[in-house]
Amino acid sequence: MAKATMTTALVGGALALGLSAAAPADDDLATGKMLVDTCAGCHGTNGNSVGTASPTIAAMDPLVFVDMMIAFADDETYSTIMGRIARGYTEEEYELMGEYLHGIAYQPAQQDFDQSLVDKGAKLHDRYCEKCHVEGGKPVPEEEDYYILAGQWTPYLKYAMTDFAEERRELPKKMARKLDSMLEAEGEESLAALYAFYAAYTDFESSDDEDEDE
Amino acid sequence: MTMNRRDFVKATGAIAAIGALGAPGIALGQGKKVVVVGGGTGGATAAKYIKMADESIDVTIIEPNEDYYTCYLSNEVLSGERTLDQIKQGYDGLKARGIKVVHEAATGIDADNKVVKTDGGEYPYERCVVSPGISLLYDKIEGYSEEVAQKMPHAWKAGEQTKILRSQLTAMDDGGVVVIVAPPNPFRCPPGPYERASQIAMYLKEAKPKSKVLILDSKQAFSKQGLFTQGWERLYGFGTEDSLIEWQPGPDATVVGVDPDNLSVETDFGDEVKGAVVNVIPPQSAGKIALDSGLADDSGWCPVNKKTFESTQVAGVHVIGDAAIATKMPKSAYAANSQAKVTAAAIVALLNDEEPGVPAYVNTCYSIIGKDYGISVAAVYRLSEDGAEIAGVEGAGGLTPSDAEDFALAREVEYAYSWYDNIVHDIFG
Ligand SMILES: Cc1cc2nc3c(=O)[nH]c(=O)nc-3n(C[C@H](O)[C@H](O)[C@H](O)COP(=O)(O)OP(=O)(O)OC[C@H]3O[C@@H](n4cnc5c(N)ncnc54)[C@H](O)[C@@H]3O)c2cc1C
Ligand code: HEC
Ligand code: HEC
Repeated sequence: MAKATMTTALVGGALALGLSAAAPADDDLATGKMLVDTCAGCHGTNGNSVGTASPTIAAMDPLVFVDMMIAFADDETYSTIMGRIARGYTEEEYELMGEYLHGIAYQPAQQDFDQSLVDKGAKLHDRYCEKCHVEGGKPVPEEEDYYILAGQWTPYLKYAMTDFAEERRELPKKMARKLDSMLEAEGEESLAALYAFYAAYTDFESSDDEDEDE
Repeated sequence: MTMNRRDFVKATGAIAAIGALGAPGIALGQGKKVVVVGGGTGGATAAKYIKMADESIDVTIIEPNEDYYTCYLSNEVLSGERTLDQIKQGYDGLKARGIKVVHEAATGIDADNKVVKTDGGEYPYERCVVSPGISLLYDKIEGYSEEVAQKMPHAWKAGEQTKILRSQLTAMDDGGVVVIVAPPNPFRCPPGPYERASQIAMYLKEAKPKSKVLILDSKQAFSKQGLFTQGWERLYGFGTEDSLIEWQPGPDATVVGVDPDNLSVETDFGDEVKGAVVNVIPPQSAGKIALDSGLADDSGWCPVNKKTFESTQVAGVHVIGDAAIATKMPKSAYAANSQAKVTAAAIVALLNDEEPGVPAYVNTCYSIIGKDYGISVAAVYRLSEDGAEIAGVEGAGGLTPSDAEDFALAREVEYAYSWYDNIVHDIFG
């Protein structure tokens, strides 16, 4: 059995070495891979979406993932369909899915963006968003508590921002403060610059300026 | 196209590279062979997921057609929202993964000797996957046949048939009646005929507003009926004098015969209904190869073990997709794709002398009723304790809420398109 399990584990949970190879199979639970494979029709193979509106879910922080699934299931985060899906699983299953997704290599969305806005977006991000969406909003699987924005599909980010603005989705209080101060200081156009920056998935280094309202 | 390992690794990137690293020890082994009959939604997915999980398994797809036209979103070809080319898929992606694709039809499955036969050869297997889709039962409707379907198309297998129906719609004079004959249960894509009516109505509203769609149904209710009729009321005047869509339920409206010379159909009630365009979707059964190979029971569909999709009638052969009896799962692409993954995991386990794991299944169907107006149904399933049923999880799944706001209906259209891009990539990419 060792070999096949290894192959499956490598191909699947893969890149996070040692993730699933050692875990004994629970008789009542499907594996993280089996569970996540059912999402691929909407979110792409292994959660890397090639459809422009559906979010990529690969490489998410596992705790962030579980929180999101709970919030969908409880209708605390607005969704067109995810609430209906999320209610089909237990928290233990969310954890298995989160663990599996965490180990998948992230494929940033290939999409058009306005190159002339990218630098401006980088500065805005650094100033207003980097504190929580670290490393330019990229996945940092070796760390904890990261929220991916870079390489996510722009139409999806726009939906998410609209849902925050329309109060369909609860905006974390501190993010609300940052967002408000950005919109006040820089206007609505600042969002377009941020979207261009996230879509560019470019090298990014934070200037690490202390920010004023913390 | 043949490929050596280096090309293969280059072509498929990191995940394959790791698979290849793990492979040498196994590759020398048993020569594990899987033959997949039918390279459609279910078959292509199964082949890909077997290969992704265990590169050492030799996987061959037997599929007569070089191009696969998805039925999903083919209703948008009828309305002109999409071209036939945009629903065309091919096998290059699977070949690049090292899957062999033989463009022939299987003519038989010899389960005693474990070989699939074609006119050109014999393909031995240890495990066989059969996903042949449906057979159209022309002879259940008097006067209907494959030849008559050139004139009165079913368009229930996409491609040439879709093209015929589209060109009839564009050629039709304004004021014509488009008759859709909707089939009895069970059939491929339960919301399909009603999404089709919607898409055609959308086209007529723009191009031929004096025309209408008349659905002659053999059923008294249909999938997502409340949401469809709500959408039809809002967009197409459903229920009013000049509605673009009229629905007549069975049993009276059941079509029992067709007259191609007259472009008319005869209902069970005895009415003769003439159309300018007549789309006849006949009753269905599992694909012919499944019937010929003893995989189907008296119902015309194939009973399977719900955990592995292995036929309960023929050992070593797994039946998935529309052809299988998957209890609560409908006959949809999402379901076929989901079943294929359960089957792939089970086959990989069995070929490696392991117990198949716990399965997980999902279904979703989006339907696009009009511009910026999409609806959906979703379900999450589990295997019942006794293994007899693939049962929906209570409290989960269900329909787009009937009070969904405009922005949400518009998003569902965008998500439907993303679903399409993701699922075809998941199947063929
Ligand atoms: C109008 C319409 C709209 C639809 N919309 C949706 C939708 O929005 N969402 C959704 O989820 N589903 C949708 N569906 C349903 C979906 O198309 C089917 O459920 C799905 O294709 C089933 O997959 P399958 O593998 O069983 O069959 P198929 O995909 O039909 O594949 C069967 C394959 O087997 C091959 N084959 C047949 N006989 C042999 C043989 N003897 N030897 C070798 N190969 C053979 C065929 O050539 C074919 O390629 C729609 C269907 C229709 C008709
Ligand atoms: C029918 C299509 C569909 C299926 C199946 C589906 N999803 Fe989703 N998912 C969506 C859509 C659409 C959204 C955006 C929210 C919404 O409107 O529902 C989403 C959003 C999400 C998000 C939020 C991502 C973010 O960064 O905000 C997560 C996490 C997620 N899905 C996980 C899953 C998992 C895990 C599965 C499988 C168990 C799954 N989804 C199955 C369509 C789907
Ligand atoms: C104080 C921390 C914090 C700051 C600062 C912050 N965010 Fe967030 N952001 C969060 C948290 C926490 C979430 C997850 C909320 C949830 O799960 O619903 C989130 C979620 C999001 C999402 C939804 C992502 C998804 O995948 O669903 C977007 C988009 C987003 N933030 C954009 C921004 C932008 C743009 C900025 C800068 C203007 C910003 N955030 C600043 C904490 C922050």
